[in-house]
Order: sequence, then structure tokens, then C-alpha cells
Amino acid sequence: MIDREQVKKVAHLARLDITTEEEEQFTTQLNSILGYFEQLSELDTADVPPTTRAIELSNITRSDTLKPFPDKEALVQAAPEQEGDYFRVPKILTSDEG
Amino acid sequence: MYQGSIRELHQQLVNKERSAVEITNEALAQIEKVEPKIHAFLAVTADLALETAQKVDDKIAAGEEIGLLEGIPIGIKDNMCTKGIKTTCASNILANFVPPYESTVTQKLKDASAVMVGKTNLDEFAMGSSTENSAFQVTANPWDISRVPGGSSGGSAAAVAAGECVVALGSDTGGSIRQPASLCGVVGMKPTYGLVSRFGLVAFGSSLDQIGPFARSVEDAAILLNAIAGYDSADATSLKVEIPDYTKFLKPDFKSTGGLKVGIITETFGEGLDASVTKAVRKAIAQLEALGAEVKEISCPRFRYGLPAYYIIAPSEASANLARYDAVKYGMRQEAENLVDMYTSTRATGFGKEVKRRIMLGTYALSAGYYDAYYLKAQKVRTLIKQDFEQAFAEVDVLVCPTSPSTAFKAGDKTTDPLSMYLLDLMTIPINLAGLPGISIPCGFDEQGLPIGLQLIGNVLREDILFHAAYAYEQATEWHKQQPSLS
Repeated sequence: MIDREQVKKVAHLARLDITTEEEEQFTTQLNSILGYFEQLSELDTADVPPTTRAIELSNITRSDTLKPFPDKEALVQAAPEQEGDYFRVPKILTSDEG
Repeated sequence: MYQGSIRELHQQLVNKERSAVEITNEALAQIEKVEPKIHAFLAVTADLALETAQKVDDKIAAGEEIGLLEGIPIGIKDNMCTKGIKTTCASNILANFVPPYESTVTQKLKDASAVMVGKTNLDEFAMGSSTENSAFQVTANPWDISRVPGGSSGGSAAAVAAGECVVALGSDTGGSIRQPASLCGVVGMKPTYGLVSRFGLVAFGSSLDQIGPFARSVEDAAILLNAIAGYDSADATSLKVEIPDYTKFLKPDFKSTGGLKVGIITETFGEGLDASVTKAVRKAIAQLEALGAEVKEISCPRFRYGLPAYYIIAPSEASANLARYDAVKYGMRQEAENLVDMYTSTRATGFGKEVKRRIMLGTYALSAGYYDAYYLKAQKVRTLIKQDFEQAFAEVDVLVCPTSPSTAFKAGDKTTDPLSMYLLDLMTIPINLAGLPGISIPCGFDEQGLPIGLQLIGNVLREDILFHAAYAYEQATEWHKQQPSLS
């Protein structure tokens, strides 16, 4: 089960700023959903291998050839803020990396 | 246009009874007429549609042969990238996103000169079962506008049901094509995982996502799948297989085709199923038998564990996929003093409630100390569910069950309790977990006149059998000919 402190921690891990109201809501709702998951413990899976993809595919390889995207300008322009050929972001280094 | 099938419209074009521009204008007129009630489209691309239609007419005038999809109005779920045309995923975070590239499926439809009339509404990032999670509008069910169309591809389902386009594309991660098809009384198909390229489809649950067709008939669905299926080097999960002409399998009975073994999934007829759904699906199974199918009960004891397993796996994958919305390369940005604050405030304002909930759920399930208990456990359960299907398909060719345990519900009925919404996907989810193809076809109406869907499930890459079974049933019944009055 998940408590409010954990909800806050998870929100931080997910880079989501949540309000006190959301904190409360998510705690209740996630607990109800996690409670529903408990039925999975009825199944013995000790010797069962996990399925990671729906259809098993062996390694898919292709030749590593360079294919430049034809419209670099469009990619740069799609950014909220840019400077020349670069994406511009606010200051990265802060004292609070929590 | 409203009633036309692809083949009928194609014949009219070839015979020069109607032009592609006329057909497109009829679709646009229908959109204008019903959209104030239905709200299926997030954007209508009228100019582009008429331009494409004109090119088709020019070809016809020049005496050139045209393909089946040329000039056919089609709707595209707004989570498939269309170059130069906004692709929002019904999310504020992508509200102004204009993709600089085209998804493989829409490129294939462009190459086939299908006429895209617009981008359809969905639950934000395809997360939901009612299309109520769209950040922009709530789509109505054409059979009763106070009810939801299902989801997440509710816009595509409603648009096809309301005659706003002939066919449409949707995506299906846990039932997002089949469930809205069922609730809107149309055909909806999720192909085998990997059959259709997902390049340019905004990712949700990458081990589950698959694109597929919506149509008013099984034949139209087969024609559309013909156009979009096939290997694509740009999608690493794309299957390198020969794509047959799916319309070849549309045969009216099973006697002439060596019979058909149908398995009823016993566990799907338990509690929680509407009486009207049970009745209609049982009747449909009797109809399959009358057509020459050999029917037996098949037990899939782990089927019901699909739902809890899915709601661990899909949010986990989503939490990783949606990490890309960082306000750096595209999408909206909330200005902040430093980078981390920019991330957290952008994501807080850009994502809706359900998306946040799933990101939280997935982040928690993948976090240190919980990974084994949730994500790994769910993946192991996934193996057991696959094993149940493998055993079933050793005995039968196709499995049947209801698509949805209930018919369309009232808008707002389930929005406050997320778990009650999740439970609606009980019948469709195990099919995604196993990567199997599934189709929902109309099989009746409840006492309130709301459509009921029959789900047929095939083994890996056995779309041929699915189309055969679905077509034979459809041809023996009249359900697919019913249309909403839209009054």
C-alpha cells in the first residue's frame, strides 16, 4: 500500500508537480488500484519466465547507414525555445537537485 | 456516401456516376451537420481532402485506373503523426504540436490516395475507455448522444458510425479499437502485434500498441488493413511476413472452406455481464454454428488476470514513454527558473488527470523495491495468459466472447472511479497481452437500442480466419446495416 509520503516521492521521480488535493486523491485511488492488483498473488509464478513482448522476435538488425533528416530546420523550430541550431533550456545546475 | 461501402463508392467513381470531390463534399457536409452533436473530430482537414479528391478525379478523367481506397473519405485518430497537420493526442502538452514527419500508416494511405477528412478525438494519449479523458472535447455516441462512444479511439468509432467518413484508423493497446467499435455498432479490428507499422504513432504501451481499422463492414475493414499492413524498417517490432489479400478470405459460410472450430471462452460469461450482452452473444454463437462451425467451450482460467496484469504493464511502459515530454524539443513549456522546475510544472499543467495517474502508477510499479512485486509479476502472469491461449488454439481456430461486458454508459458515470472504468476492458486486454488479432463486429442491440459487439480472437497472424468468420456471420445477419437516427 502506498501512503502520502510515497505518493510525493513518486511524483518527484516522475517529474510531476502535484497539488495537495491531487496528493490526497492519488493516495486513495492508487491504493484502490494497487489493492485490485493483489489478486495476482493467487497465481504461482515461481517458475514462470516473464514475457517482455507480445510476439517473440530475435534481434532485429540493419546496416548502420546515415540517413540525415531532410528538414533539420523544422525540428529545431518545433522546440519551445531555440538559439541557432540549439534547443534552449533554463539553467540546469541548481542547488536543489533533490 | 452515408451508406456507401468502399466497393460501392469505388464502382461509382469508376462508372463516373459521382466524382471524388462530390463524395468528399458529402462527407464534409455530414461532418458539418452532425459534429455539433457528435464532436468526433478534433480537426477537419477540408481543403486538403478536396485537393486529394481533385487529384483522384483528374486521374479518372485521364482514363487511369484507380485503386480501391482512392477518393474514399477516412478519419485518422489524432495520435498518428501527420506532417504539417497538428497531432495533439488530445493533450494540452501537444496542443500545438505540428509533426515534421509523416507516420507510416498515413503515408501509405496518402500513397493510396485515400481522402483524410480529419483527425479524430481520443482519450488523452489513448488512456481511457470512454474518450472523456480528451483535453479538448467529449465525443458522443451516435446511438444516444448522452452516452459515451467508448475509448480510447472513440472519435474514430463515432465518426464511422455517424457516416462522417467511410472508414477510420484507431490504435488499440488494451481494447481501444474493439471496445468503441462495440459501443458504436461498427467493425473494429486489432491486428497481430507487429503487423502494422507504428512508426509515427505516439507511443503509449510499446509492448501492446497496435494500429487497426474501423469500418461499417468486414469487407471495408479488410480493404483498409490491406493498405496499412506490412513490414517497415522504421519500426523495430514490425513483422517480416508476407501480407495476403485479406479480401480473399471473405467467404459466406464454413462448409465450403473446410469447417471452422469455434471456442467459447467459458470464463467470459460470468458475473458482471449485462443480460442483454449474454443473450446477443449466445445467439451469435448459435448463428456461427448454423453456418457450419463446430462450437465448444474452452477454458482460459487465467483470462481474468489479464486486467490487473495490464494495468501494471501498460502504465509502466507509459511512464517511460511519456518521460519524453520534457518541454525541450517540442510540445508546451511552462517557464521556470531552472530545468527541473520547468519539467515538473510543464508536466503538471500539460497532462490531464488520467495520464498523471498512470504515470504515477507506472513510476511506482517500476521503482526500486516494487519492481519484482508488480512489473515482473505482471510479466510472468502475461506468460500464463499466453499459455492459456496457446492451449486453446491447439483445439480451435477462433475464440469468441463479448467485446464489452456492457453497452454504452452515460457520460460522467464512471469518471470519478478510475478502477470502474478499467474494469470495462476485461474482455479485450488479454488479447493485447498475447499479441493476438481480435475483431469486434455488431451482433445486436440491448432493450435501449444500444449496439452490442461480438469479439472474435484469432491465433498469431491468423487474420485470414478472423475475416472469414466475421464476414460469414455479418452476411448472415442484418446488424451492420442498422444506422443511428442521429436525432
